[in-house]
Amino acid sequence: MEGYTRKEDGSPQLLDLIPREREWVAKRAADEKSHGLSGERKLELSLGPPTGDWTIVTDDKNNKPSSQNAPLESLHYSFGYFQTPGALKPSLPWQQQQMKAPSFLHLQSVMNEPSQPCNNRVEQGAAADQKKGFSAAPANINTAVPNSQKRTAPSPVVGWPPIRSFRKNLASGNSSKLSSESPDADPGKDSGSKPAENGSSRPFVKINMDGIPIGRKIDLKAYHSYEKLSYAVDELFRDLLAAQSESCVGETKDRENGGKGIGGLLDGSGEYTLVYEDNEGDRMLVGDVPWHMFVSTVKRLRVLKSSELPKLSRGSKLAGKLCS
Amino acid sequence: MCLFRDMMSYFPEEVLEHVFDFLTSHRDRNAVSLVCKSWYSLERFSREKVFIGNCYAVNPERLIARFPRVRSLTLKGKPHFADFNLVPHDWGGDVYPWIEAMTKNGINLEELRLKRMLVSDESLELLAKSFPNFKSLVLVSCEGFTTDGLAAIASNCRFLRELDLQENEVDDRKGHWLSCFPDSCTSLVSLNFACLKGEVNVAALERLVARCHNLRSLRVNHAVPLEALQKILVKAPQINDLGTGSFVHDPDSETSKKMKNTLENCKSVRSLSGFLDVNPHCLPAVYPICTDLTSLNLSYAPGIYSNELIKLICHCKKLERLWILDTIGDKGLGAVASTCKELQELRVFPSDLYGADNAAAVTEEGLVSISAGCPKLNSLLYFCQQMTNAALITVAKNCPNFIRFRLCTLNPVIPDAVTNLPLDEGFGAIVQSCKGLKRLSVSGRLTDQVFLYIGMYAEQLEMLSIAFAGDSDKGMLYVLNGCKKLKKLEIRDSPFGNAALLSDMGKYETMRSLWMSSCEVTYGACKTLAEKMPTLNVEIINEGEDQVEASSSPDARHRVEKMYLYRTLVGPRRDAPDFVWTL
Repeated sequence: MEGYTRKEDGSPQLLDLIPREREWVAKRAADEKSHGLSGERKLELSLGPPTGDWTIVTDDKNNKPSSQNAPLESLHYSFGYFQTPGALKPSLPWQQQQMKAPSFLHLQSVMNEPSQPCNNRVEQGAAADQKKGFSAAPANINTAVPNSQKRTAPSPVVGWPPIRSFRKNLASGNSSKLSSESPDADPGKDSGSKPAENGSSRPFVKINMDGIPIGRKIDLKAYHSYEKLSYAVDELFRDLLAAQSESCVGETKDRENGGKGIGGLLDGSGEYTLVYEDNEGDRMLVGDVPWHMFVSTVKRLRVLKSSELPKLSRGSKLAGKLCS
Repeated sequence: MCLFRDMMSYFPEEVLEHVFDFLTSHRDRNAVSLVCKSWYSLERFSREKVFIGNCYAVNPERLIARFPRVRSLTLKGKPHFADFNLVPHDWGGDVYPWIEAMTKNGINLEELRLKRMLVSDESLELLAKSFPNFKSLVLVSCEGFTTDGLAAIASNCRFLRELDLQENEVDDRKGHWLSCFPDSCTSLVSLNFACLKGEVNVAALERLVARCHNLRSLRVNHAVPLEALQKILVKAPQINDLGTGSFVHDPDSETSKKMKNTLENCKSVRSLSGFLDVNPHCLPAVYPICTDLTSLNLSYAPGIYSNELIKLICHCKKLERLWILDTIGDKGLGAVASTCKELQELRVFPSDLYGADNAAAVTEEGLVSISAGCPKLNSLLYFCQQMTNAALITVAKNCPNFIRFRLCTLNPVIPDAVTNLPLDEGFGAIVQSCKGLKRLSVSGRLTDQVFLYIGMYAEQLEMLSIAFAGDSDKGMLYVLNGCKKLKKLEIRDSPFGNAALLSDMGKYETMRSLWMSSCEVTYGACKTLAEKMPTLNVEIINEGEDQVEASSSPDARHRVEKMYLYRTLVGPRRDAPDFVWTL
């Protein structure tokens, strides 16, 4: 997402406009033509360079783009739509920025035209809650601006993109945990879906180990049995454990322990035991259910010291201790 | 006229009935019933399949009065936007009154197909116990029932042929509903329970499949592991349509090898879906059945990435229908275009909704490749990161046969990615070129211009979905005035207001329904419409922060958040919940 590519820079650039945009509207309303065309041009001509500083520019810069943009405008409003794509490509990157503005501003300017009844609502709506999808976009964009340059979409709009809840569960693997109550009628909630239990699972789950502040991530799909998982965990943490015990002062674990490997994770016989947190948030012992079922319900893994096991019931306290 | 009368009376009723038997489409039958009184009468007694697109347009009593011999009923409940959480769950669409009425009137129901209806366990129990010849239950996007209801169906429907559950919200009580199929049940032809979330008794499933020799379609849920599926398939090599459950195993294991061999034996599989949980390394097991596959649905499997998908699809040269996630990427779509020359329907769903990983998405490039490589394409649902007018114009030229064209940009108001102009011209090209277009969904930055094009060119359009589009009432007016065959119009978050709503009120009697949410219509206008058009139910969904006190009457200028109107023969519905006002 680094780098200034055309595909991604459009929205963030335009998003910067919004705080300024109202000034423009006020100005434009003064020399009013309700037809968007001329209004657009004025707005567009007055934009500054793309890189952040949206100040009013002098006429020198204005003259250059205007002549080049005019044919585009007329093309836009002409009836024929079989125009060659090449003709529309601007030559200068700066030109490109200029052109991006009008369509978005057109949206904004339309929203603020006095002749439109939606006018007043949008003024209020921009500050209002997220449920009104139409005005939600600017409201959300305002908050989204400082955060992300890589997002091309504004923050989630209710019911957009239009897919059934069934499918939203699948995609939730990559996002932060969605609320997992029963489907509710409140359109304010974006997902309103039941706990993701359609057999979807993220490719990677976090795994933390007692005594090691840095966790790892593993791809459960790559292992097809508990034995393989156990072996993998051993490989992952053996070296870290060894390194840890070297640097610890007064630590009773000796180097041998780390070098020997971490065994007995599944049967309780070793120094460590593997547990996991399932989709309902419960801490469970690994190994009880068939592998495929485990893979579909596991959310994260932990390697606990076996001596800590009786304390599992005081889950929250332990979680605080373990969280890296 | 005299000649006509003579000709018609020449044919005895039995002959006419026999002729009518050949008319299966409900539209044809509706047309036939309008010819004259005797044809109306003949037709109504011979009609066995009834389709009701809006369950509130009529009522059970009228259905039974007109079609006493109905055997198969299709009902649709909630408006389409209910799929996207825009309609509260208890809005309505309860099937119980229909089942109850049919029971009381001795209807010999054999088939029930429901979409977006509320289905309770009581309804399913009543259904199961009342109709001895009941054969087929298809539930799509329904809710309100549990596996107990399914147990009732399994236990009581002795001749059940089809139990098809598609994307329903089912409360899984983890009972043994599958075990409720008695040993005497051997009639199953189609069983689909992919949407169920809980465990099933796999042994019972195996026995069931073994004794149902006519089983053609089996779609299991994620709780059925690969090992179990393999054993089941050994007993059902005649299967036509397979939906796997969890497709996860060690690809080097015995089980995986057995699966591959078993699938090689299933020479009749033409449709493949499922993979609700998948290890991509297991996919090669399905290569044997890919050569004859006509339908492939991988849209529930986010864990498969582009390269693996391409490898799989390269085997599927006869594919006619493909449902996939956007993880396939433009490159993958290119592979589809070179391989699947018979492709008619393509659906590309979004895999990552939060814009965090832009790499997993498709753009206009993928669509253009498909249009160039697959000239038979007639149905599209495409969720994309971006789109351009040029691409849409190319697509329109390459594929003039679209019947369904639904484009959804992940950013609802994104303009042309290259020129930054609205996407009006692109969609204009689509409607102008695709003269048979029946369904259209538009998205991206759109002005009134696109609606001008739609009104002008989309002569066969029956359903139109609009979101975040248009500038003024003119947009909606172009559509209402232009699209003569429009049946369903659904609009959200667009600046269409009272002038558009009220300009041609009679139009709504020619349509099934109109949905408008977050638009500019006011309470006063809706009330006016309701008063002037008694054949319409104008419903306001009044909830959330927009909620007005029931006791007070809202100001006429108060903007309505959600309005749903539909034509009806039976007046305001009596089961509307508190928050739904019928004006």
